[in-house]
Amino acid sequence: MSEHAESHTGLFMKVWFGLLALTMIEVFLAYIQLGKVAMITLLMGLSLVKAAMIMAYFMHLKFDKPGLSWILCVPLVGCLLIMVGYFFPDSYRILEFGN
Amino acid sequence: MSDAHAELTAEATWAGGGSPFAVGHKKLGMWLFIVSDALTFGALIMAYCYVRNANDWPTPFDFYPAIIFSTVMTLVLLSSSLTMVFGVAAAAKGDRAAAKKWTLVTALCGVIFIVLHAYEWNHLIHEGLRPFSSPYGTPLFGATFFTLTGLHMTHVAIGVVYLVVIAFGFGAGKYDAEDVEVSGLYWHFVDLVWMFVFPMVYLLSTKVG
Repeated sequence: MSEHAESHTGLFMKVWFGLLALTMIEVFLAYIQLGKVAMITLLMGLSLVKAAMIMAYFMHLKFDKPGLSWILCVPLVGCLLIMVGYFFPDSYRILEFGN
Repeated sequence: MSDAHAELTAEATWAGGGSPFAVGHKKLGMWLFIVSDALTFGALIMAYCYVRNANDWPTPFDFYPAIIFSTVMTLVLLSSSLTMVFGVAAAAKGDRAAAKKWTLVTALCGVIFIVLHAYEWNHLIHEGLRPFSSPYGTPLFGATFFTLTGLHMTHVAIGVVYLVVIAFGFGAGKYDAEDVEVSGLYWHFVDLVWMFVFPMVYLLSTKVG
């Protein structure tokens, strides 16, 4: 694992710069004050990319067995989708009917 | 956990006594904890999205200084992830002194984050923001803000203690490289959560001009 770890320093720096750049893009988006839907879509999209970069490179998932990524990410995403899908639409009811 | 068995059939991999995901039990345990904690934050963020969508929501964070300040906090946390990765790499190489140094630098970045965040909290509390009331509009703003950022800050504080223990323990030869790697996983998770909390709580409530 030692040569493997040494050769990755440049890669880690690149990932870090990428994360900084994506953060600056997100802050810029906040500055230009886009519409609500556009903001949420772009921010969530960028945040997912940043999360994927951190998980793949910093948390080492890219270099581990693919099975580990599958067993962790699929249930996580599944539970989050169920949570959002079942509850979030209800907020529109409150928005419209106040109750 | 021998690599010689890695090329055998699927049945052999899952027949027991092996390590199907090719990670030690500590690393797998930390990953499973991270998934559960991610769902905890996911539930809180979902609740925040729910109440935000259902109510008139204030946008009280001025671009300067509030958003700039929280952007600096984000950069501190991102940099701490980089230093942590250097620490894990040094630990894997067996360089105990370097790993201890990098891990302590990471913990220091965490402390800086907490100090900055506490300063921001102090400013908002001074303006009248509380967990159950808000001078900007709906009291839910205060509730969601303090819950989300408070739980995250708690995780950072726990992480700082964890990293300091690991740094000194690994430096003294008590722990091994896997322990440093596992603590790194926790720290990256804390950073990961902030990647979502920052845009959703701060950037979506920006006020320009």
